[in-house]
Amino acid sequence: MFRKRREKTGSETLLVEQDASLSVSVDVEELPLEEILVASQWKLMWWKFKKHKLAVFSGILLIILYVVGAFCEFLSPYDPNEYRTRYAFAPPQLVRFAGEEGFSFRPFVYGYKSSINRETLRREYTIDKDQVYPIKFFVRGEPYKFWGIWETDIHFIGTEEGVLFLLGTDRMGRDVLSRILYGARISLSVGLFGVFLSLILGIIIGGLSGYFGGTIDMIVQRLIEFLRCIPTIPLWMALSAALPAQWPPLRVYFGVTIILSLIGWTGLARVVRSKFLSLREEEFVLAARLAGAGRMRIIVRHMVPSFLSHIIASITLAIPNMILGETSLSFLGVGLRPPVISWGVLLKEAQNVRTIALTPWLLVPGVFVIVAVLAFNFLGDGLRDAADPYVR
Amino acid sequence: MGTFIIKRLLLLIPTLIFISIVSFAIIQLPPGDYLTSYIQALEATGAIVDQATVDALVKRYGLDQPMYVQYFSWVFGMLRGDFGYSFEWNRPVSELIWNRLLLTLLISVTTLLFTWLVAFPFGVYSATHRYSFGDYLVTFLGFIGLAIPNFMLALILMWIAYSAFDLSIGGLFSPAFAEASWSFARFVDLLKHIWIPVIVVGTSGTAALIRTLRANLLDEMGKPYVVTARAKGVSERKLLFKYPLRVAMIPFVSTVGWSLPLLISGETIVAVVLNLPTTGPLLLRSLQSQDMYLAGSFIVLLSILTVIGTLISDILLAWLDPRIRS
Repeated sequence: MFRKRREKTGSETLLVEQDASLSVSVDVEELPLEEILVASQWKLMWWKFKKHKLAVFSGILLIILYVVGAFCEFLSPYDPNEYRTRYAFAPPQLVRFAGEEGFSFRPFVYGYKSSINRETLRREYTIDKDQVYPIKFFVRGEPYKFWGIWETDIHFIGTEEGVLFLLGTDRMGRDVLSRILYGARISLSVGLFGVFLSLILGIIIGGLSGYFGGTIDMIVQRLIEFLRCIPTIPLWMALSAALPAQWPPLRVYFGVTIILSLIGWTGLARVVRSKFLSLREEEFVLAARLAGAGRMRIIVRHMVPSFLSHIIASITLAIPNMILGETSLSFLGVGLRPPVISWGVLLKEAQNVRTIALTPWLLVPGVFVIVAVLAFNFLGDGLRDAADPYVR
Repeated sequence: MGTFIIKRLLLLIPTLIFISIVSFAIIQLPPGDYLTSYIQALEATGAIVDQATVDALVKRYGLDQPMYVQYFSWVFGMLRGDFGYSFEWNRPVSELIWNRLLLTLLISVTTLLFTWLVAFPFGVYSATHRYSFGDYLVTFLGFIGLAIPNFMLALILMWIAYSAFDLSIGGLFSPAFAEASWSFARFVDLLKHIWIPVIVVGTSGTAALIRTLRANLLDEMGKPYVVTARAKGVSERKLLFKYPLRVAMIPFVSTVGWSLPLLISGETIVAVVLNLPTTGPLLLRSLQSQDMYLAGSFIVLLSILTVIGTLISDILLAWLDPRIRS
C-alpha cells in the first residue's frame, strides 16, 4: 500500500502519517519508504539537517577551524612569539605563480628590501624581485614541541630560505598568520570550554527549577532575570579586572572562561527548564512513572534523550557569544593578556586609527572572529530546525 | 493592571538590594585596594610614606572598618546622593559620573529608536517578500551585523572615514564644545557626532530585531484567520496591517527589557574605541586602577538604568498584551 502511494507522489516531498502525533517530512527521492518509517529520531534529524546546505557547510568550516586550532604548531610557518626587528610591520606577501622567469607551478613569494624613512622613522618595504623564495610544503624550520610532547621541526608550509609572511607582520615583526593560527586554539576553545561550564550549570539549575517547580523555580527565575538585566560587558570587565595581574596565563584563561559562563548559563537554564516543564506532562513520562521507574531513571533515560537535540542546538548558538565576549574583553585589555595569543589579544594591536590606516592586515584576526561566529550561528540555526524533525 | 504595576514595583526592591550587594562584592574582589597601590606608587617615586599618613588615609576612607559597615555606609551614602570619593581623580564620584551617565543614556535611547526605525521596514519587507533577492540581502546583512563585534565595526568605520574622507570621527563633541556648558550649538554639534556610535551600537540589535519580526510575521501570516480574511477578499495591505503586524510587533516592546543591557554593554566597549566622553572609558580605567567607589557607582547606576528599562518595558507589554497581566 505504501509503495502505491509513493508511486503516485513521485519525487515530491511526501508526508508520511503513521498516527496523529507523528508526521515526518523528509525528501524521499532516494529513500525507500520503509526506511523512513523505521528510522530512528537521530536519523530523521540527520536527514533534515542535511537539507540545510548552509548549516552543513558551516559545520564543515568549523571542523576545519578546530582542526587548525588543534594542529596550529604544525600548520603555522613560524613560532608566533619569534620577533624580527628587521621585519616590523612588513606587509603581506603576494603568492605568485608567474614572475620574471616565467610561469612556475610551485608558488613563490618575493622578498623585501627595507629602509627606514628618515621623516616618519618607519621601516618601509619594497619588493625585491631578485629574492625569489619558493613556497614548500613539509619544510624543516624552527624546532617546536608538537602538543608539548613530540619534538620536531617540520612545518606544513614555509620557505627553505628567506621569509614568508602571507598575512604580514606586527610591530615586533612577528608573523601574523602564525599568530592567528595559534589564536584559533585559544579563542575557539574558550567558546567550547565556557559553553561546557554553562551547560553544566544550566542543566543542573534549570533542571531542578523545571522538575521541582514551586519555590525553587521562583527563586531560580528571579535569579536569572536579575543576571540578565545587568549589562554584561561592564560586569565582565569588573570581574576580569579583579583577576590578579600576577596569575599565570593558564589560570587567567580559566578565570576568564569561568567569568563568561557565569552569565552564559542563564540562557541554557531557561531552555532546559521550559523543556522539562513541557516534557513532565508528556504521556511517556507518565507511563514510565506508572511502570515504577525512579525519578533519576525518568530524567536520564526518558527526558534527557528527548530534549538533547534542543540542548545541542542551544549550545551551538551560545558558543559565538562566548567567543565575542572573550574577544571584546581581551581587546579592552582586561581579558586574556600576552603572552597568551587569542584573536582578541591580536586585535588589541589594532586599537587606533593610525595603526589600521598604515597596517590594515592587523585587522585580519577580526575576519576569523566574524567567520567563526557566523558559522556557529548558521550551524545552530540548522540544528535547531533539525532538532524537531516532526515539524514541517 | 494596578496590582500588576505594584507587584512589579515591589519586586524592584530585592533586585536593587541584590545589585548593590553584587556591585560591592565586585569592588572588594581584587586583592588589595586602591590605597595599597597608591602607596606603592608613591614609594616607587621615592617618596617616604610614614605609617601615620597611611593610618590617616585608612581612617579617612573607612578601610579599617569591618566589611558590612563599609557596605552599609556605602549604600546609605548613595541613597543620600553621596557616591563616595574617587581616589584617582581626587574628586567626589558624583561630580564625575552624572554627565557621562547622561550621555550613555542618550546614546542608548537614540540607538533603541534607531533600531526600531530601521528594523521595522526591513523586517516587514523581508517577511512579505520571502525568498526574494531583497529578503536574502536583508537576512545576509543581518547575519553580518550579528557576527561582527561592535568594536571592530567601530574600528572599520573609523578607518573608512580616516582613509577615504580624511575625517577623524572619535568623540562626541568638536574640541570647541568639549568643555562648554549645554547650549543649542553644543546640541547640534552632538547630533553631528552621535550617529556613528548609534550605528555601531545599534547594528547587532537591529539585525536581531529584523529576524524576530520576520519570523513572527511569517508565523502570523500563516494562521487561519489571515487565510479567512484573504479568502473574503480583504486587501493585502489591510490584511497585513490590521492584525498580523500588531501581533508581530510585540517583540519590539518586549525586547526593550533585554536589549537595554545589550545596548549599554555595546556602548561601553564602543565608547572605549571611539573615545566617547561616556561611562565606558572611565569605567574601564577605574576598574584597572581599582578606584573602587567610582567603579562601583558606575556598575550600580548602569544596572539600575537597565532594571528601570526592563520595568518600563514590562508595564508597556502588560498594557499592550492583556494575556501577560495574570
